[in-house]
Amino acid sequence: MSDTATAKSPAEYWGSEEQKRKTARRHAADKRLQYCGLGAIGLAILLLGILVASLIRTGHVAFVQTKVQLEIPLDASRIDAKKPADANYRLIVRNAFRALFPNVKGNKALRNVDRILSSEARFIVRDYVIANADMVRKTVTLELALSDPFDQLHKGVIPSQVEALTLREIELFKTLVSRNVVSIENDRAVVQVDAFIDPKKILPDNLAFGEYGSIVKEGFRSYFLQRGADTSDTLLAPDAGDALKAYVEANLDSIGKTAQVKVPLAGDYDAIFKGKVPMKTNPRFASPEQIAAFKSLEIRGLLSTPFNWELFFNSDSRFPEQAGLAGAIVGSFYTLLVCFLISFPMGIAAAIYLEEFALTNRISDLIEVNINNLAAVPSVVFGLLGLAVFLGFFGFPRSAPLVGGMVLSLMTLPTIIIATRAALKAVPPSIREAALGVGASRHQVILHHVLPVAMPGILTGTIIGLAQALGETAPLLLIGMNAFITSAPGGILEPATALPTQIFSWADSPERGFVSRTSAAILVLLGFLVMMNAIAVFLRQRFETKW
Amino acid sequence: MLTIVFATLLALTAASYIIGRRRAYAVVGGAPENLHSRPVYHGAFVAAWVGIPAFFLVLVWLALQGPVVDVLLVQSLPAEKTSGLDPAQIDLLVSEIKSVAAGNIFGQPDAIVRAAAQQYKSWQGIAQWAMFACALAAAMTGLALTRRRISAAFCARHSVERVMNIIMISCSLVAILTTLGIVISLMVEALRFFDRVSPAAFFFGLNWEPQIPIREDQGTASGAFGAIPVFTGTLLIAGIALLAAVPTGLYSAVYLTEYANPRVRAVIKPILEVLAGIPTVVYGFFAVLTVAPAMRSFGETIGMDIAPNSALAAGAVMGIMIIPFISSFSDDAINAVPKSMREGSYGLGATKAETIKNVLLPAALPGIMGGVLLAASRAIGETMIVVMAAGLIARLTANPFEAVTTVTVQIVTLLIGDTEFDNPKTLAAFALGLVLFVVTLILNVFALRIVQKYREKYE
Repeated sequence: MSDTATAKSPAEYWGSEEQKRKTARRHAADKRLQYCGLGAIGLAILLLGILVASLIRTGHVAFVQTKVQLEIPLDASRIDAKKPADANYRLIVRNAFRALFPNVKGNKALRNVDRILSSEARFIVRDYVIANADMVRKTVTLELALSDPFDQLHKGVIPSQVEALTLREIELFKTLVSRNVVSIENDRAVVQVDAFIDPKKILPDNLAFGEYGSIVKEGFRSYFLQRGADTSDTLLAPDAGDALKAYVEANLDSIGKTAQVKVPLAGDYDAIFKGKVPMKTNPRFASPEQIAAFKSLEIRGLLSTPFNWELFFNSDSRFPEQAGLAGAIVGSFYTLLVCFLISFPMGIAAAIYLEEFALTNRISDLIEVNINNLAAVPSVVFGLLGLAVFLGFFGFPRSAPLVGGMVLSLMTLPTIIIATRAALKAVPPSIREAALGVGASRHQVILHHVLPVAMPGILTGTIIGLAQALGETAPLLLIGMNAFITSAPGGILEPATALPTQIFSWADSPERGFVSRTSAAILVLLGFLVMMNAIAVFLRQRFETKW
Repeated sequence: MLTIVFATLLALTAASYIIGRRRAYAVVGGAPENLHSRPVYHGAFVAAWVGIPAFFLVLVWLALQGPVVDVLLVQSLPAEKTSGLDPAQIDLLVSEIKSVAAGNIFGQPDAIVRAAAQQYKSWQGIAQWAMFACALAAAMTGLALTRRRISAAFCARHSVERVMNIIMISCSLVAILTTLGIVISLMVEALRFFDRVSPAAFFFGLNWEPQIPIREDQGTASGAFGAIPVFTGTLLIAGIALLAAVPTGLYSAVYLTEYANPRVRAVIKPILEVLAGIPTVVYGFFAVLTVAPAMRSFGETIGMDIAPNSALAAGAVMGIMIIPFISSFSDDAINAVPKSMREGSYGLGATKAETIKNVLLPAALPGIMGGVLLAASRAIGETMIVVMAAGLIARLTANPFEAVTTVTVQIVTLLIGDTEFDNPKTLAAFALGLVLFVVTLILNVFALRIVQKYREKYE
């Protein structure tokens, strides 16, 4: 800049090419920054979109459940109408289900067929019979859930067949093709092998007893010398040796020499060479017959996918098709209730004191610093506090919503105090002064005039604090609220799980069905959070007065 | 039982409020203008003295009942049953008696245990009824004493307001109590840990294998509690998160404050804040479900081996979570720069980008740094994302494609399903927790001070 200034006077410089170039460059830099900013925002929103989309993509299937319509004869010989709980429902359900497949024979095949139905189906039937004891002796039609793999299969989440060959195997085959040694003969893919027809391996007087297979393999391995040849054997068809045998029988003089023989490839590679994709039964299923049995249910129209009410009304289960969120939702409700009952009154009282009464001295400074710091202490530390003090020192019961709510209330307290102080500050002094002027005491001013006006702001802050508490996981894990509990808690002292801890335990489960259940549980949790935040926004807009 | 006690106390409190108010009307012959305080204050005065002492009595009783009954129980056991047992074994015996008393009988408890369980049950019953009786007595005493004080000249309002003051002060002291509770509980357990493992071995050891049980004779010399790899893993993941979040957050804030028109800003800011409102367990699942597999398959296509629980995946997802922190703190800081500085720069002919680079960012730097420090403390203390997406094995590496573990992961995995605080494994979690608390506290105090000072400068 300085050298151009010395070279040209301002009048010359202004409007010159150089000035235009420089201005353009500066404006380009400005645009660049703007686009960087837009890009950053776009990236953040894109990531949010991907997060939500991937949850919906995996989670939406869990909102329906594949069920089979099953006619179940409730024989009086099997069920005592007076004591319906004692009957062997496993047998009743099994026989009713097996009746759908009269063609399936053999114990193993029948057991495979049994596995199509959820193993919890007998409890559903039992509960039905207990509730409808007058149905004994009749035949009832019930809709029963399929077991997880077949539920997933019906929803199209997992395929019944998968590609038979791994990428590595295909790669290996491609090197063979690139050497131009694979061709088609008699409608079969064959590979040309340089086989040394070892006289020691063949009895010259009886050609039928040669180790042709191993001769072919030895010759074939020479293609893969660099690779470690063990897997290469699977490329050859089981009858590869027969081709060599036929050749030797036709050319007796080839014994002891190296011959070029074309031997057939295994069926999967044959298919690949012909441009098809070889498939095999998905290893999640026991056998192709099991899948055929399932397909026959599909064809007969016995399967349906109604809305999965069990997701909301069942509690946790080891079996994905029966696992639901009822226990977690009730547990979260109790936990938040305790958290609200503790933190709301305490937060308001503390905020009123700090905002309206506290003198500015060391102690109130200390309290303020403490509150600000507590808001930023990692949540897992609160879990440690709950574990050491509430469980260890006071001996409260483990996994109880009471303890969870107490720990979460300590975390929510700073949020509520800060929100309440802001709301109290926003009340104009004229209101206080008018009330004081007509003779109200300071307590009366606050209780009768300031607090009601500040209430919408306080409630908004409280709901936002509770929404945070609803999503909090780590402290609940430490006090044992991730236990496996198959019924909803009946009170704040009973063992329970909460929504986020339920999500954590489902995410850890190996069954395929829990992936979509976890996503669905997250969608339910996000739904609650959106609802709470919407209420907060509504309260703020509807009741908050602008002064 | 507890529900009955609390319901009774609540009903008594409500009744005494009405009694107090009626009494106040009665003493002045139905002319409340002759009272010093309005009748409601007389009612509230009586109710406070009926409800609050009884309520606290119940709380204290509940806190002490368990330990006292335990001591009685141990003393009532015949001497031959308890002689030669160390305290841990006695604890075991007591919990066996309790579970028998609760009806959970495993195997065949012997006659002494069964008798003790009966004894325990009856004591529990006695204690409950005694508590009920004491609470009732306290409430009645309060009612009798306070009802007598009601007169035309009695300053009930002053008394009630004094009680309210005490309640409000004790509520605000809860913040201090919580901090004290955290410090003391972490300190106590951490000191017990350092009794068994020397602090030098903990802070400078390079080998972290807490899950392997340490033999008695081997003691603490094995060095399995060297936390350096855990600390470096934490720093690696937090560093990746900040590396991803700081530029994104800062650029978004610059765009939102300087370029976007108010309408766009009003839409985009809440969307960014949604990222901060998503529970971390959701981010953790997102990392496991989508990000880590995507990174792994991307690594495969370019021939690189990325661990399924790599530090990169956990750090990147944590970065997404932190973006709104950085962006809203930077937003506040840039907005707080006085208009005159901005306009002075424009007046000299600077473009927006030049103003931002040369004027706004330097002026806002302390505020932005405060935000980054708070975000760093958030990243170090973040638990669920790393518990789900990072590794369990401590590895001393700076390679982001490998799996590392963090302080919070170790705390959670060491403590899940374990309540006995008597082995180094669970106590180590408290030592790690203490380190975590101290480090985040320092970062927070430092950051809050910077932000506050900076605000004062321009206000």
